[in-house]
Amino acid sequence: MRIKLRTREALKGLLFVSPWIIGFLIFTIIPLIRTFFYSLNEVKVTASGVRMFFVGLKNFKDALLTDVDYPQMLVDYFLQMIVFVPIIVSFAMIMSLLLNIEIKGRSLFRTIYFLPVVIASGPVFDKLLSKGAMTFSGLANLQFVKTLQTSLPPVFSRVLGMFISGFIMILWYSGVQILVYLAGLQKIDKSMYEAAKIDGASRWQILWKITMPVLAPLTFVNIIYTIVTLSTFATSPIIKKILVDMYRPERGLGYASALAWIYFLTILAVIGLFSLISAIYRRKVRVS
Amino acid sequence: MKLQLFRNLQPKDDRKRLNLYFIEKRTKKAFEIATVYFMLLLVGFVFVYPMIYMISYSFMDTSDLVNPLVKWIPTKLYTGNYRDAVKVLDYVKTLTQTIIISTIPAFLQTISASVVGYGFSRFRFPGKNILFAIAVATFILPPQVTMIPQFLMFKDLNLLGTLWSLIIPATFTQGIRSAIFIVIFYQFFNMFPKSLEEAAKIDGASTITIFARIVAPSAIPAYLISFLFSLVWYWNDTVITALYLGEKWTTLPLQLQRFEDMFRRLYMAVPGMTTGRTLNEAIVMAGTLLTILPLILIYFIAQDWFVESIDRTGITGE
Repeated sequence: MRIKLRTREALKGLLFVSPWIIGFLIFTIIPLIRTFFYSLNEVKVTASGVRMFFVGLKNFKDALLTDVDYPQMLVDYFLQMIVFVPIIVSFAMIMSLLLNIEIKGRSLFRTIYFLPVVIASGPVFDKLLSKGAMTFSGLANLQFVKTLQTSLPPVFSRVLGMFISGFIMILWYSGVQILVYLAGLQKIDKSMYEAAKIDGASRWQILWKITMPVLAPLTFVNIIYTIVTLSTFATSPIIKKILVDMYRPERGLGYASALAWIYFLTILAVIGLFSLISAIYRRKVRVS
Repeated sequence: MKLQLFRNLQPKDDRKRLNLYFIEKRTKKAFEIATVYFMLLLVGFVFVYPMIYMISYSFMDTSDLVNPLVKWIPTKLYTGNYRDAVKVLDYVKTLTQTIIISTIPAFLQTISASVVGYGFSRFRFPGKNILFAIAVATFILPPQVTMIPQFLMFKDLNLLGTLWSLIIPATFTQGIRSAIFIVIFYQFFNMFPKSLEEAAKIDGASTITIFARIVAPSAIPAYLISFLFSLVWYWNDTVITALYLGEKWTTLPLQLQRFEDMFRRLYMAVPGMTTGRTLNEAIVMAGTLLTILPLILIYFIAQDWFVESIDRTGITGE
């Protein structure tokens, strides 16, 4: 019996992809649904197994209304993303433009800028942050910074405080993004630059008309990467809270599940917001 | 503008002018390069500042720490902090465990991601594009939304506290950031010419033979890059690892996380030792440095594979 060639190819393909399909079902889809289900229940882990009492949206209400810390953490998280993501991405863009200039020793600089990606772990960041190694000690004492901090609304001044106490850490998140931009820059045909130069384009024009259009789609990739890395990094207070609340008897797994789902939706909202902004930007570029 | 300049040139002084023009151009260029170097160095300094801080503090003894005159360079190289940190981290044992915990899942994750990436890259089957889109999209899914049921599942299967709780998801490409590795292999195989495989197919080789004998060996760069990143990310993970492995297994970052507690347990439990043995930042910095030291070594050995990873795999590709 002969199976059609197309069918055979499809079967082979599915066979190769099957580890992912199985893993996705068992370790992602089913847990995702179960987390949602738990979040609607009070989950008690007893010796005889997991017992659940349906409580409806109580866990979500508790998390958003009665919890002392969680709403504040979400607001902080949201502001952090809005402030830090543009900083990280534009910093990466500037550094990649500088590294793209053909000078001696640029591979050394690239090595230095990428090092943090390799050593970055939550505890290492925590220790460096708490011992003040992530900032210059003079920075927080600058008069300008002090007045700014007192005159801003409290939420913003807290974000500013986070930025000052760990601004090196924020730059440390940019290693991968710099490389992504560099890879894109290296793909631009050099003759395009020469042609533009002969036509009398200034450097500023070249930057905006040739370089930026190439970097625009990469910017989207970098924004997503930055959001995901920042959100899932172990130093995130929300992640710490979810882990702590998992083991609290009065809250339990149901409550922690609700926290996780709210966090996931918040991350999606942040990604959606940035996608919207970049979509608007791209449309504007296309029109002009 | 330029044309006018040349029209006005007198025969006798045009060389002079040209010289001036070139000198001006050269100084401008030199100035520009100096600016670029200055900025690169400035940022480079900011980047390595925490490392310098760590190294400098880790060699300070207690008197240096309180001495306001000692800012960066310790009066003498005091290695006692490292002795303490090695003890607190239980270095040899923890390092061995960290290597086991990170290499095995990283290896399996790389292999399975290559198989899946090949499947997505080479074969046509219904729903492929949607499945691939979902596979990529799982990247944005925070592990926190799936870890609680997984935790309970491993608990039911009695796999909690064993390496299996990391190995099994990694084998089914649901380890740490598996989506990235699938995309890396997908892109790599897309760039790889099909003609070799077709020739082998005509010679009667089976698909699995083709993959194992021809495709996989040619994808060694992608394997290396995936393995290295996987290794580093498993090494540095503290959330999933701590949750699934519990107390039995520990890694260097986890041990660093409990550094304060461990220190207290080590030095406070003994009666009479409580005096003069307080944890200071020098010991913490030594511990932090010891934690990242193996990673720095890996980085400097495999530097090119890390920094050229994105170029070589074409992950940003079209």
